[in-house]
Amino acid sequence: MYFDAIAKIISERTGTDISTIKPESKIFELGIDSLDTVEILMNLEDEIGMQIDLDQKVETIDDLDKLIQSKMAV
Amino acid sequence: MNENKSLNGKTAVVTGGSRGIGKAVALRLASLGANIAIIYASNEEAANKVCEKCRNEFNVEAKCYQLDVSDFTKTKETVMQIKKDFNAVQILVNNAGITRDNLLAMMREDDYDSVVDTNLKGAFNMIRHMAGMFIKNHEGCIINISSVAGLLGNPGQCNYSASKAGLIGLTKSVARELASKNVRCNAIAPGFIATDMTFDQQDNPLVERIPLGKMGSANDVADAVEYLVFASYVTGEVLKVDGGIAM
Repeated sequence: MYFDAIAKIISERTGTDISTIKPESKIFELGIDSLDTVEILMNLEDEIGMQIDLDQKVETIDDLDKLIQSKMAV
Repeated sequence: MNENKSLNGKTAVVTGGSRGIGKAVALRLASLGANIAIIYASNEEAANKVCEKCRNEFNVEAKCYQLDVSDFTKTKETVMQIKKDFNAVQILVNNAGITRDNLLAMMREDDYDSVVDTNLKGAFNMIRHMAGMFIKNHEGCIINISSVAGLLGNPGQCNYSASKAGLIGLTKSVARELASKNVRCNAIAPGFIATDMTFDQQDNPLVERIPLGKMGSANDVADAVEYLVFASYVTGEVLKVDGGIAM
């Protein structure tokens, strides 16, 4: 589960109150575009200790979380 | 030279850096203080010599990496290794290129494919695997070495011209996509430049039609690379270095 780490980064970037960020929150609606998503993933690298390649579109924070988990499982 | 013109502490990756234009570009960037990662396809000895020169003459770090840039997965592995060795990269020069000239009506499929795979897909592969780092660091300068053949066409080079024209579209899309992250992407379109690859072009009748009356040198292209590296408000540009032939 990387939800907390993702939510923290998004909250810091956008100034959104972290308590309003939910797994089902749509990333775009939080003011994050697809390129920002790549950047967030790169910033998560240190936290999760590996490089994650974003090779598909993600809509919600949960999608991003699941994508990271699936890549970690490989 | 302007004292602000220093690349101390920066790292540049130059593909096709063992000879010709790539070698001149690598040495120029090293002379400005950048650490250099050279990617070469086959000529290890030549690549090593360029690295040695970078280290000995300009006192920068330099390493070479054997790679076929048309291989997506191997390019990823090499980029990861470069990141390990140099920490971060700020400059990428996609220069690796090959020719397999023939008239369209006689061209073999693999001669078309290999030229497009190396010249165009190779640049995509490098950018694809380095973009994340540029985006994260909010710093990146990508320079794709295209050609006037991509602007004008050239009989006997439909594969090469297509790949070089493709690089211009790639350059402009990447420039638009990454501009918000302070990552610039530009192309250089050299004309007739005297190198090993163009040895057989010396007799090309087009040479007589160059307004400046002579073939260019690899250093002329390095001048353009140097300009673009420091041109912080220039992105999506195609800079011709061609003695005026494509105007």
